[in-house]
Amino acid sequence: MLIDSVEITNKEKWSEWILLSLKSSKIAEQAEPGQFIMVKINDFFYPLLRRPFSIHNILIKNNKPAEIEIFFQIVGIGTSFLSEKQIGEKLNIIGPLGKGFRLGSNIRNKKFYLVGGGRGIAPLFFLAKEIKKAKGQPFVFYGAKSKRDLPLLNKFLQENIPVFPSTDDGSFGWHGFITELFEHELKDNQEIEKIFACGPMEMMKKIAFITQKYGIETEFSLESILGCGIGACWGCVLRLKRNNMENWVKTCSEGPVFSGKEIVW
Amino acid sequence: MVDLSIDLGFLKLKNPVITASGTFGYGREFIPFLNLEELGAITIKGLYYNPRKGNPPPRISETPCGMLNSIGLQGIGVKRFSEEILPQLRNLKVPIIVNVCGEDDEEYVKVVNFLSSKKGISCFELNISCPNVKKNGKCPALSPEWTYNIVKSVKQNTHIPIITKLSPNVTDIVEIALSAQEAGTDGISLINTILGMAVDIETRKPRLANIFGGLSGPAIKPVALRMVYQVVKAVKIPVIGVGGIYTGEDALEFLIVGAKAIQVGTANLVDPCACSRIIKEIRDYCLKKRITKLENIIGSLVIE
Repeated sequence: MLIDSVEITNKEKWSEWILLSLKSSKIAEQAEPGQFIMVKINDFFYPLLRRPFSIHNILIKNNKPAEIEIFFQIVGIGTSFLSEKQIGEKLNIIGPLGKGFRLGSNIRNKKFYLVGGGRGIAPLFFLAKEIKKAKGQPFVFYGAKSKRDLPLLNKFLQENIPVFPSTDDGSFGWHGFITELFEHELKDNQEIEKIFACGPMEMMKKIAFITQKYGIETEFSLESILGCGIGACWGCVLRLKRNNMENWVKTCSEGPVFSGKEIVW
Repeated sequence: MVDLSIDLGFLKLKNPVITASGTFGYGREFIPFLNLEELGAITIKGLYYNPRKGNPPPRISETPCGMLNSIGLQGIGVKRFSEEILPQLRNLKVPIIVNVCGEDDEEYVKVVNFLSSKKGISCFELNISCPNVKKNGKCPALSPEWTYNIVKSVKQNTHIPIITKLSPNVTDIVEIALSAQEAGTDGISLINTILGMAVDIETRKPRLANIFGGLSGPAIKPVALRMVYQVVKAVKIPVIGVGGIYTGEDALEFLIVGAKAIQVGTANLVDPCACSRIIKEIRDYCLKKRITKLENIIGSLVIE
């Protein structure tokens, strides 16, 4: 974990969806799928707090991890300011932070379902690539409102990662919620090692409910309003069940990825 | 060479920069970002006698140049603190100030009694001003009598010096400060957060589950500075300025109006290296202004 001032080396934009590449070999070397960074949006006091972004991808240059990527949707003042930043500008970031997805040691030939809703797709690209690297098989379920909200589709396909897309309006892929497509596929393919999901709370809740019947292990990356991101302020807590006790647990340092068994839905 | 050291009478600091309670965790969270021994002192997150669950989320809402929080003093309690945290902290060459909380007057005494026998605590800070634990932001620091009673009973039960942290949510801050002084507090820190609220117009719900929260950050600095100025003029004991300090310049403003030391709060959450940077900025100012002893600047406000 370190604090660093990093240069924006690339920027891609699809209407309200933005991808930024940030030059930080140290954070890229340490990062694990599911971990995040805290970004200071401006040098002045507005917005005051840093914003959390999960690590979307690691870029390798000269055979070494050199850059990290974040992928986000413009949803408020923080992401709006950030979307205006240009290549060559610097950002002050802290990372890698938090506890990420747990893959287990030997995953050769094992199948994993990765479910991402909207901006929840962000951490799943890094995760899918890591699964492939360890000779496992990732299958990605990518749900969004409309076709234009699926900008990462080709990125997965270029990595030869199978994607099952869905849109709420039927403009691309399965017409309906990603949870329906997920359930449909799961029924016929039950030899799934583990399910990872990130997205709206309602989506994740539904995934947890569906998978319960099959007894498959699940992990969810949760979203919360963060103060510091380093476990100091206790502002980001969510209700978790541990050792048969329900408690407020810090999303930033204990998560953001939690086992489905721990989450109080 | 600049001498940044400060003598509070009951506590010597290598510089005036202290971390504010609740914004620096238990100290260890900041080890990756700064050298803890560089700090004037560390104030530990508020401790009740028993572990405390805190308030339901959402607990944080950002405001222009500030933030509202209603954490509700979630914490590990005195036993875990003294077993797990204090042994690490006491080996550091930095004074440790423990922020003390209580559900009622007796609990403050209970916490102080338990911790007074442990090695490694330089000072207690009585948190009688947290707006997030009782209904409508009620807390002892809103009443001169309640303040007097708690300070008095704690003072009778410990040999360790105490600082009393005051609330800005009062009509007359001087009256409360004098009450704390009369009850025997060794120092005063102010201000705690300002009671506030925010609403999400999409859902029409309060942005904090607790409805109210404490406002902190750069937005509150002028209020804090004014109150510190008023209290410094009225009391004889050392005053520690807190509220919206983000830069060396902010810290110097408080020292100039008469605070003997300052606490850095919300800035730690945004910039975990903030305290280190502020110390450097104070030193740079002194070098530039040829000030060899920082203490000489305290209370040097010029009013024409």
